[in-house]
Amino acid sequence: MSKLGDLGAKLYRGEVGYDFVGKRFVWYGVSILITITAIVAVAVSGLNMGIEFKGGAVFTTPKTSVTEQQAREDAEKASGHDAIVQKLGTGGLRIQISELDTAAAADVKAKLATDLKVDAAEINADLVGPSWGEQIANKAWTGLGVFMVLVVIYLAIAFEWRMAVAALIALIHDLTITVGVYALVGFEVTPGTVIGLLTILGYSLYDTVVVFDGLKEGSKDITKQTRYTYSEVANRSINGTLVRSINTTVVALLPVGALLFIGGGLLDAGMLNDISLSLFVGLAAGAYSSIFIATPLVVDLKEREPAMKALKKRVLAKRASAEARGESPEDAGSEEAPEVVAQGRSGRRR
Amino acid sequence: MAAPKKGRRPTGAQGRPGRSLAIILIAMVALTAGMFLSKQTTPRLGIDLAGGTSITLKAKSEPGKPDAINETNMNTAVGIIERRVNGLGVSEAEVQTQGRDHIIVNIPKGTNEQQAREQVGTTAQLYFRPVLAVTEGAPAPPEASQSGSPSAAPSGSGSPSASAATPSSSATSQGRAVSEALKAPNAPSPSPSASESKKADDKATPSTSPSATSADQAAAAALQAKFAALDCTDEAQRAAVSKNIKPEDPTLACGKRGDAWYKWVLGPAQVDGKDVKDAKGQIDQQRGIWIVTMQFTDKGADKFAKITGELAAKQSPQNQFAIVLDGQVISDPSVSQALTGGNAEISGSFDQKSAMDLGNMLSYGALPLSFQEDSVTTVTAALGGEQLKAGLIAGAIGLALVVIYLLAYYRGLAFVAIISLIVSGILTYTIMVLLGKGIGFALNLPAVCGAIVAIGITADSFIVYFERIRDEIREGRTLRPAVERAWPRARRTILVSDFVSFLAAAVLFIVTVGKVQGFAFTLGLTTLLDVVVVFLFTKPVMTLLARTNFFASGHPWSGLDPKRLGAKPPLRRSRRTGSGASAATVSVPVDAKEA
Repeated sequence: MSKLGDLGAKLYRGEVGYDFVGKRFVWYGVSILITITAIVAVAVSGLNMGIEFKGGAVFTTPKTSVTEQQAREDAEKASGHDAIVQKLGTGGLRIQISELDTAAAADVKAKLATDLKVDAAEINADLVGPSWGEQIANKAWTGLGVFMVLVVIYLAIAFEWRMAVAALIALIHDLTITVGVYALVGFEVTPGTVIGLLTILGYSLYDTVVVFDGLKEGSKDITKQTRYTYSEVANRSINGTLVRSINTTVVALLPVGALLFIGGGLLDAGMLNDISLSLFVGLAAGAYSSIFIATPLVVDLKEREPAMKALKKRVLAKRASAEARGESPEDAGSEEAPEVVAQGRSGRRR
Repeated sequence: MAAPKKGRRPTGAQGRPGRSLAIILIAMVALTAGMFLSKQTTPRLGIDLAGGTSITLKAKSEPGKPDAINETNMNTAVGIIERRVNGLGVSEAEVQTQGRDHIIVNIPKGTNEQQAREQVGTTAQLYFRPVLAVTEGAPAPPEASQSGSPSAAPSGSGSPSASAATPSSSATSQGRAVSEALKAPNAPSPSPSASESKKADDKATPSTSPSATSADQAAAAALQAKFAALDCTDEAQRAAVSKNIKPEDPTLACGKRGDAWYKWVLGPAQVDGKDVKDAKGQIDQQRGIWIVTMQFTDKGADKFAKITGELAAKQSPQNQFAIVLDGQVISDPSVSQALTGGNAEISGSFDQKSAMDLGNMLSYGALPLSFQEDSVTTVTAALGGEQLKAGLIAGAIGLALVVIYLLAYYRGLAFVAIISLIVSGILTYTIMVLLGKGIGFALNLPAVCGAIVAIGITADSFIVYFERIRDEIREGRTLRPAVERAWPRARRTILVSDFVSFLAAAVLFIVTVGKVQGFAFTLGLTTLLDVVVVFLFTKPVMTLLARTNFFASGHPWSGLDPKRLGAKPPLRRSRRTGSGASAATVSVPVDAKEA
């Protein structure tokens, strides 16, 4: 781990660094590609909506000797609708019947109990009316909208509007990727997924906020120096907070990963699986976007400002004249360098 | 957020770490003690973890009644459903509104789900029955007591009975009133009035005691003993009396007039809730009083005409009919003439609320709204337990992974984080337990998920702070100033990002329903506690540890070893005023160690 510690020190001083900002168009391209893929995937294959959104029933039986094939036939005969049957780790069966209304489901449950030779009281039933999922989805959309508006207002106050806009774009980007993964892989979308998706809201921004906070601090008094342009300062900020970003993301992903692989994988607790899967995808996307998308976007927005344009001009002019004098551009303007940006060298160096 | 501080050191808890630690220690002890005092040491578990049935009902908006779904109606519906479900002998069934238009009914394991489901969803349990006798709710005392002045009874909340204007028979001594009503139809009863009347006929009708038909008498005789013994002020007896009543049989019923319980002997149901086409409470412009108007279906109008025709010929109290909702009398207006034509009006001393309430109950059969089943979840205790186990195992493993990572990366510093996580865990657990008792918070699977995800959020804030401290050490500071200088900046980052998390949780909690809410609640709670723990525990502990030799000297295992962190040599100058990450000099030689 001390390797990472050293890296942290070097990143902090700007001895090493990746030119996130300079190569931003590469990453914009990558993101646009991913986004297009996600949109196409959703458009073509659509999302595999769980019965919670279509209406239907999921029965979970205790251990039974009846085969999946047999159970499916029984279920389809009892309900008159299509059924999907899965074997569970516990030896029981998970029988999913779509478009079964809640009133008819009780009868089906009783019939299944007889067919599968299990006690009706031992069968779990999850019955969902068709409008329930619509409800959840509608409320999720409302929640999403309300949250976005509030968070943009908040970030605009706490930071500035450019950062708020960039954070919002990064957020939409994360959600798109997550939804796209669901469409591509064909994971089932359940209320658990929606919960996970909505949680990404908070989490993706948490990460972005940590990076922006560093950027805000690093770019304070930026116009009082002529050593670095805004994009260079931004890049240094990203590199400076990189260790923090990596650590917070790893630490966030560890419990979620445990949920995903233990809760879901081994014990087949559906809800745990659903929430943690979307969280896992969303968190990873969130970490990526706050570094590769959100901050570069801020730079793009910021460098349109006249003050920043002027700064860039001054910096370049200074470097040109320093070069003309045969000095290293790195040393140019050092006497004016404010402490904020004087923590080391430009990230470009390596 | 926290402005850059002007002084050498930020103000705050930093000078008095002991006090902050004392506060959080007291909080922990108080919460734990509260938990044990409330004799509840585990969180209440939701249906999905404990087993049971959960039914989600959604209020349907009826065309032409856009405002019907409101808080008052939802609460009335909750009350009615609660009475029904608990009337089945279900213990601890809980009925709550959720969001604007949902009602959640949670029925714990071991009850008759099938029956409960039928009861929860059905609407029309509303009947119009003729009144055979009425008296105050408690069993008749041996000494005949004057039953006060019923006409002064306030028209009470929630029971829109028009009884204030319907003193009926009870002006006589109770015990005798009953037997007179039942057996001695011609004995005069000095009942002052029945001023509640139909069809704008609000003149008082002085009444004598009713004449009962022989059929009524037979029924009454059978019921009389039970009637005398019935104590409507007793909840168990009320529940029992309204159970399993067949509409076609005479029955006993309880009900409230104003604040007092009364009991009735009632004849067979003549009209039921389905016969009411519409009803509403409205103000009578001419008289300036609140009334309830009813409109019957064609079939209902015939039935109603018949019963009012019969009743009008009788004497008080048998000229009354009782409107019985789920076995409980909600109103017992008297009738002075046959009401044909399918329209009727109940007047009495209604206020706006009681008139509206009665109108609603009449028009929707029983519930003030109609509902549809949105979801029904039945979980066996076995599966619930397994899911809880899965959640706990996942949480434990997640926690262990985080601890290992922190130890590997932060070494000694990780213990601060781990103990902070434990403090946070104790606070979360005790608060959850107490909330279960206090506001009925139930830990469900998504809530467990939220708690596990929160481990990450909580650990994040430590990382933000630790990285800040390490940055300060890299600047060449010794630990004590580093801990203090890192704090204001870390604090700002932590507050901003926790605020965003909390905002997400709050929005989720407010706009969503059901399972999502449990998740949002836990997430919000743990985010708040994160702030509390970082401010009152982690920071003060760091201040104290900075005084210990182990950490201050930058022991290799402390996680704060300046060499390992690649610290610069000590600063040549002290910091300048006013700005952020300050390395005062530019041309600092690069520390080459292991570079």
